Amino acid sequence: MLSPQITEKIDYELTKYPAEQSQAAVMSALRIVQTERGWLSNESMSEVAQYLGMPEIAVMEVASFYNMYDLAPVGKYKISVCTNISCMLRNSDEIVDHLKHKLGVEFNQVSEDGKFCLKEGECMGACGGAPLMIINNHTMHEFLTPAKVDAILDELK
Amino acid sequence: MLNIEIDGKALEVEHGSSIIDAADKVGIAIPRFCYHKKLSVAANCRMCLVQVENFNKPLPACATPVADGMKIFTRSKSAIDAQKSVMEFLLINHPLDCPICDQGGECDLQDVAVAYGTSGSRYTEEKRVVFNKNIGPLVSTDMTRCIQCTRCVRFLQEVGGIMELGMVGRGEHAEITAYVDKSVNSELSGNIIDLCPVGALTSKPFRYSARSWELTRRPSIAPHDGLGSHIEVHVKDNKVMRVLPREKESINECWLSDRDRFSYEGLNSSDRLQVPMIKHNGNWLETDWKTALEFAAGQIKDISNEHGSDALGVLVSPNSTMEEGYLAKQLATALNCGNVDYRLRQTDFRLDGKRLGTPWMGCNIHEIEELDRILVIGSNLRNEHPLLAKRFRKAVANGAELSVISPLDNNPLMDIAHKVIVRPNDIVNVLGQVLKAMSGLQRLSLCLPPSLNQLLEEIKVRPNTQAIAESMAGHGKDYDLVAPKVGIFLGNMALSDPRFTEMYSMAEAIGGISGAKGGILPATSNSTGMHMMGVMPSSTGMHARAMLEVPRKAYLIVNIEPELDCQHAALAKAAMQKAECVVALTAYKSAALEHADILLPIAPFSETSGTFMSMEGRVQSFTAAVKPLGECRPAWKVLRVLANTLGLPDFDYETSEQVKQAIFAGEKPSAVVWRSLNNNLKDLVEIQVNIKHDGLQRIGEVPQYESDPIVRRSMPLQKTKYNIKPMARMCAAQLAELALQEGDQVLVKQDKGSAVLTVKLDNHVAKGCVRVAAAHEDTIGLGDLMGDISVEKLSANQLAAYQASLKEVHA
Amino acid sequence: MATPSAKAQAPVMTDLNGQTLVCLRTLTESQPAALATYIKLGGYQSLKRIVTEKTKATDIITEVKISGLRGRGGAGFPTGLKWSFMPRYFDGVKYLVCNTDEGEPGTFKDRDIIRYNPHQLIEGMTIAAYTLGARVGYNYIHGEIWQDYETFEAALMEAKAAGYLGENLFGTNFSFDLYAVHGYGAYICGEETALIESIEGKKGQPRFKPPFPASYGVFGRPTNVNNTESYASIPWIMQHGGAAFADLGVPNSGGSKLFSVSGHVEKPGNYEVKMGTPFVDLLAMAGGVWHGRKLKAVIPGGPSTAVVPASIMEATSMDYDSLSKARTSLGAGSMIVMDDSTCMVKTLHRLSYFFYEESCGQCTPCREGTGWVYRVLDRIVKGQGKMEDLDLLTDISKNISGRTICALGEAAATPVISFIKHFRAEFEYYIEHGKSMVESRAEQG
Repeated sequence: MLSPQITEKIDYELTKYPAEQSQAAVMSALRIVQTERGWLSNESMSEVAQYLGMPEIAVMEVASFYNMYDLAPVGKYKISVCTNISCMLRNSDEIVDHLKHKLGVEFNQVSEDGKFCLKEGECMGACGGAPLMIINNHTMHEFLTPAKVDAILDELK
Repeated sequence: MLNIEIDGKALEVEHGSSIIDAADKVGIAIPRFCYHKKLSVAANCRMCLVQVENFNKPLPACATPVADGMKIFTRSKSAIDAQKSVMEFLLINHPLDCPICDQGGECDLQDVAVAYGTSGSRYTEEKRVVFNKNIGPLVSTDMTRCIQCTRCVRFLQEVGGIMELGMVGRGEHAEITAYVDKSVNSELSGNIIDLCPVGALTSKPFRYSARSWELTRRPSIAPHDGLGSHIEVHVKDNKVMRVLPREKESINECWLSDRDRFSYEGLNSSDRLQVPMIKHNGNWLETDWKTALEFAAGQIKDISNEHGSDALGVLVSPNSTMEEGYLAKQLATALNCGNVDYRLRQTDFRLDGKRLGTPWMGCNIHEIEELDRILVIGSNLRNEHPLLAKRFRKAVANGAELSVISPLDNNPLMDIAHKVIVRPNDIVNVLGQVLKAMSGLQRLSLCLPPSLNQLLEEIKVRPNTQAIAESMAGHGKDYDLVAPKVGIFLGNMALSDPRFTEMYSMAEAIGGISGAKGGILPATSNSTGMHMMGVMPSSTGMHARAMLEVPRKAYLIVNIEPELDCQHAALAKAAMQKAECVVALTAYKSAALEHADILLPIAPFSETSGTFMSMEGRVQSFTAAVKPLGECRPAWKVLRVLANTLGLPDFDYETSEQVKQAIFAGEKPSAVVWRSLNNNLKDLVEIQVNIKHDGLQRIGEVPQYESDPIVRRSMPLQKTKYNIKPMARMCAAQLAELALQEGDQVLVKQDKGSAVLTVKLDNHVAKGCVRVAAAHEDTIGLGDLMGDISVEKLSANQLAAYQASLKEVHA
Repeated sequence: MATPSAKAQAPVMTDLNGQTLVCLRTLTESQPAALATYIKLGGYQSLKRIVTEKTKATDIITEVKISGLRGRGGAGFPTGLKWSFMPRYFDGVKYLVCNTDEGEPGTFKDRDIIRYNPHQLIEGMTIAAYTLGARVGYNYIHGEIWQDYETFEAALMEAKAAGYLGENLFGTNFSFDLYAVHGYGAYICGEETALIESIEGKKGQPRFKPPFPASYGVFGRPTNVNNTESYASIPWIMQHGGAAFADLGVPNSGGSKLFSVSGHVEKPGNYEVKMGTPFVDLLAMAGGVWHGRKLKAVIPGGPSTAVVPASIMEATSMDYDSLSKARTSLGAGSMIVMDDSTCMVKTLHRLSYFFYEESCGQCTPCREGTGWVYRVLDRIVKGQGKMEDLDLLTDISKNISGRTICALGEAAATPVISFIKHFRAEFEYYIEHGKSMVESRAEQG
């Protein structure tokens, strides 16, 4: 069951579209559910499908197409590091190595304590601040250095 | 019209045509995978790229509309370069497993690769592997072969009416799948096998059983519903290996329902009766035809002599051919017996003698798509008419408004504009409301008979029926249609209802005011034909129901399993048990025929020639696709020889064609049909419009894969999710009223019969109704498909006692 | 420095020399994103004048045509002309869509507009809605810049509360609702029809054109789609006149333009300068090549535009025609600067992975071709390349290009073709030695 907190937020998104176009809110609905639950399980997708009156497979098409949706658990903190050209030119490899070493994981792995998951991101549209990373999709950190990464990780309890 | 040029050939094409349509019309082949004339244009495979003058890039022929003066080159260097490069891309990740692929020999990719591919590959990297999916018992998957054309996705969405497959992931990881581990449940699912241009989706039952070039293809007509779909029976070593659609735009287009496609598995069932059998002192003996026929003739004669010729009852399946029905009728008549009928699932015969002609669907099949307003009464369209439902779906997609009056609120996978879900008993009243509301809306003066006018005065029109009336009158959300094309159709639940006559009369009256087309939607392959030939009782004879209610001494039954094919299972069973002699012409020797005395093995549709007349009145003959199995004989021949053995005159037909000649008296069939089809009544019947408030009513649907003896024996169809044990299905309010819960065991009773069933919550069922499927061994103790029923909760002790009593009966 | 990305809310402007602030004009103020700031600078005045004076739509379109404004999302299609394609009379809702889905590497200009000057975008869109008769608008924002999405949504609330959005604006019968919607990680949604599909709650797979969005867009209705910077330029044009805007730039490239400068420069960030500014001047504004190194190459408009070696780049200017002469294009103005330590093989390898990863999978050439290109390059980088791979790569890329529904095919092909063309020796070295030429030389000393 989607919690009232979730449905309230989805209902707000639904106000943006014509009444017969509830499918349009699926991007937001999946984001809202994922933010609340950490990732998108099959049950979560089915619930969204039912709430918006969509075929389940249509929800899955969307959830599997956009790479910020997670269809498997990603730990408490998902760290997405951009490694694309502008970041790569400014040593994102160093940041990635530092994170891998520090967290003891490779890309797409969750740390043993279930706290961190490291993801390789594609361009995040903020290349002026390269190298950069996003925590749990919604908090961006720019101009990274290994020291700055350490400081950020220390904040994540 | 536009003037264009393709490969130097000047031609005139319609405005709005695509390049590929224009090229197809003049026979210029442009390779394609994703394009399909019946589906939306995806333009994703890029195989149909062609060169168009003044464009610097090749354009997809499927998605490019022609323009006046356009010059198109399908074989220029630029076009061929583009096509070859697309072919190369398609093949880099496609496995080279053609020798073990079922599609081999009929694979679009293989064919186009021969024309556009190269012998070697420049691709030396690793090939993609995609996991297979289990999408049910009918369609087999090999997803590594998939080329992502999305025809299957688009078919299920656009034609099937529900998105059951999708393409998840993106880029190279995009793959076709159903949601998690769901199966594809569309009753039209087999069409995705035909649509798949590669071997990704193949027929599961047919898998690995034959190569396409080993098969002989024989045209035939589908025998399971009134549509009359054109099929192609594929044969190897005198065995039906598979059935595919034969394109017939005005009937089945290029599609086929799963029932028509996969029922053939029932033809090869081990339950087939292969030799005549006689019951002697309670034991079944195999015998030869001569002995069997002489024995049967002797029995029929003896009983006629002793009890009179009306001691015999003749019951013919509405799925039998016209020839078979005609000879059964002729045989009965020659014996001076008036008891003959094909209307096995009808209770209400009050219209007999009141009709002006043969009832039919009242329009042509393709006309449904053009309707603006549709009213469907008492039909679960997808269950009864899986492929015809698609025409309705198309109409609704085109903007038609569909109204439904039914005891079942099933999702027809199309938008319903208005619906009234009520007990069968209340449908007449609801139709009265619609009629009354319409008469108030129509500007034309009405000429309803005074008796009907008076009747309508008692009726109170409710808002939802008012809405239906307004819709039928052409009122609309955006604008009103002055002369809407209206269609009114009565389905199976109406046809088998004890108040069918009143529903029909009301529908006719509504049709009269709204200028509607329409009529009945019989669910069997030849009932229209049977009616036209008069395979019905003589003026003094008994109809199908009476023959069971007042049991006959002897029965001649053709192509039926009485408890499963008759309206009142318990009555049918008892009548057969009681009879002195039952002569059964049957293709199967199943337990359902325990009570017969003589079994004569007949050929199913695939092994005989014959004729079906479809619900739109189309007379379609077919020939045998294979030789009869064992000692089986075509039923028309069996009836002829039986008549000969009985010493009856005028049974000298040498071929089924001669029988057909007799049926139409040498006239052109269409001329006879044209004269015969007429839905009008001579006069109105008595109608009761008051609502009966008490008592539960049964909704006894025949599940689509239990509809006839062949279908019942098709294992792949039986493995689909539609094969569910009958349960006592009721809506939540009804369960609450009866203090029942899902999973409870209940004793349901009809007349003297009963059955113990599990309770199931089903909010599609109208309050006051219990939905209990028919044509199943668990419910053969019950009575009428549509009729009164009671439900009692069983305690554990009662249940144990009941089960013990069942054991006793079996012992 | 123009827009110091690290200082999200109140950047201190120390040096605006040489910039021509149109879309980012609030950057001179201490609270650039605030409604009050925008109003102080004369914001929403053009909208009010147009709506209350009932300026004729054709006059506005004419003004936009005079301004020489060309689509800032990369394609450079004249905005005024695009607007004239919208059907004037349509029975039903027409839509206005803004494309803030920057996902092409090196592109981050629109982000600064929505976080530092959101009201100018809102005003620009509302003027466009008035002109085109759109009742509802959506701004589709890149999912990864979530904090900026929230900033923009807050600005929408503010504008609505102040009466600049919603029903019956300024007491007239003109109404316009504008909403923020977001992507969630798909580069392809920057393509306008993929973006429309995404707004509708579907996978971002581009639609075949025709029909164009102007006749069949969001929910099948007529829709105008423009880039953020394009819309944000409109209030300035309406305030100062189309001719004034055109005069900021050079012939055929009117106005000022935001350039996102990233990679090997001292001060990466956005620089809003006049069209036609010499490349060397723009590079100098960004502090020049970092660590005092030498310029090796520049991708001037994002990876979908061709890479240009330093010598050619240093002689050119930042406008449509000059870059076209340099056999590349302005694109979205996403300038990626590479110094002489850059290995072009590895750079192309990473870019090819991007296009492989971001292909939507719809069209055969792109779905299959981008993976093929990446795998061959991956093999080369792992030291298993063959000389014939270079021609194969170029050939595959040419076979992808121009044969797909959308321009991602061309975008994926362009870097491959241009990198191999200009830096073939580096690729040959890598194949021959199984290692990077640049890195080997660095090691040698």
